Amino acid sequence: MKQPLIELQDVTVAYARHPALHHVSGTFREGSMTAITGPNGAGKSTLLKAIMGELPVAEGTIKRPGLTARDFGYLPQAAEIDRQFPMSVADTVMLGAWRRSGAFRRIDPDVKAKARKALSAVGLEGFGGRIIGSLSSGQFQRVLFARLLLQDAKIIVLDEPFTAIDARTTRDLLDIVCRWHKEGRTIIAVLHDFDQVRAHFPETLLLAREAIDWGPTSVAMSSRNLLRARAMAESWDEGAEVCEKDAAVA
Amino acid sequence: MTLHAIFISPFVDYGFMRRALVACFALALGSGPVGVLLMLRRMSLVGDAMSHAILPGAAIGFLIAGGLSLPAMGFGGLVAGLSIALLSGVISRTTSLREDASFASFYLTSLALGVLIVSLRGSNIDLLHVLFGTILAIDANALYLVGGIASLTIIALAVVYRPLVAECFDPEFLRAVGGRGSLFHFLFLLLVVINLVASFEALGTLMAVGLMMLPAAVARLWAQSLPTMFAVAAATAVVSGYLGLVASFHFAVASGPTIILTASCIYGVSLILSPSGMARRLYSRPHLKA
Repeated sequence: MKQPLIELQDVTVAYARHPALHHVSGTFREGSMTAITGPNGAGKSTLLKAIMGELPVAEGTIKRPGLTARDFGYLPQAAEIDRQFPMSVADTVMLGAWRRSGAFRRIDPDVKAKARKALSAVGLEGFGGRIIGSLSSGQFQRVLFARLLLQDAKIIVLDEPFTAIDARTTRDLLDIVCRWHKEGRTIIAVLHDFDQVRAHFPETLLLAREAIDWGPTSVAMSSRNLLRARAMAESWDEGAEVCEKDAAVA
Repeated sequence: MTLHAIFISPFVDYGFMRRALVACFALALGSGPVGVLLMLRRMSLVGDAMSHAILPGAAIGFLIAGGLSLPAMGFGGLVAGLSIALLSGVISRTTSLREDASFASFYLTSLALGVLIVSLRGSNIDLLHVLFGTILAIDANALYLVGGIASLTIIALAVVYRPLVAECFDPEFLRAVGGRGSLFHFLFLLLVVINLVASFEALGTLMAVGLMMLPAAVARLWAQSLPTMFAVAAATAVVSGYLGLVASFHFAVASGPTIILTASCIYGVSLILSPSGMARRLYSRPHLKA
């Protein structure tokens, strides 16, 4: 059995006291490839942000022993990035070498060569000089994948990486994700497409604010679990009482 | 009247015009690039709010020094601007207000407080100087300050260019790689404040942001890459300063507003003629095959 890499212990993340993620426990093991899926509002992106340390945890703990921010390669939802920013494709990809170049060091020719290679790997050879604003959504997503390639991170965290892109781009990028997994990297990806999850991801965390199931995809994605997830995510109570578990602790 | 008499003589004949011109050039080199970054961060109006935020500090400097003292007002403005920047940052991180909203909430308070403080001791003339600047009255000390701020800004931008751009473009990524984004964000706000303090002396609190944001908007219309935008913004501010001073000299009108109006004219022309301007929609060139 591979070593636990990230351990969630009874994690709750709340917005205005309403839990977006409620008492979730489980482990991402080293080298695992896990899909986080569930209906809209299930807390999937919230969980990723909490793992990345961008959101405070209201209850419980997230253990990341021995890991630093530099061990993570994080791909946020494309909509969160300003695509009108006057940045070239090559400069965007070379941001992936931050661990090596940092804020002040010179970008050496090796990094530039790697950036060209990464662009070629995502099918964007010769696009380095283009401004990102001139790219399509799919091309921009390929650029962000090229940046991840340059990051060369131990853990790859992807938030809806294939939303609003065509089938061919999705297939190409999924191939890259599977290659990362084969190289022994840990993959954590928020996905909406159940077929994709079933076809490519050995493990699944099915979320509906609570963890409905976390384990082998075939088990976690059973019809019964999916129905339960849907029913739970759609429940929202403005007049909800204090969580019994939290009240007991208090 | 010869071209020499129109464009050169005012600066050859009058020392105050030469000093004003040097001040404009220095302001342009610092404020232009800073304005571009402000605009790209979608913080254009934050610059405006900030320029008002420095007023109470400058007014307290005015009170303590007993008149229009540049060092006292500059230092007061710097302290006030940084305090507001920090306070707005704290408020946006601890409440549901976004940073631009918290800046906006300080804007009128600062303006009202500053005007009130100046009016306690100063005359209406002093108040006009504070609000609209005195670029033609700039002395050697003021030039040193403006030049020093411009030099510091250019050096700082060169040193922290990469983290600043990364923080501006994808702050979440920078946080994820442990890039100390907050530090660079604060450093950037510091650059905004010191450039506004420099502009404040020349253009006053109401127009200090003019040489920052109008050239930035012009640059956005003409340039595609960030370094080119910096250059276009600085050049636009230089040209605005020069032509504004020339026009104000010959038409005997106030220099500060004329400089800003010149920048506005360049912006207006750019809106029509620039590659992404309105004229392009009327006269589109034939498309390519691929």
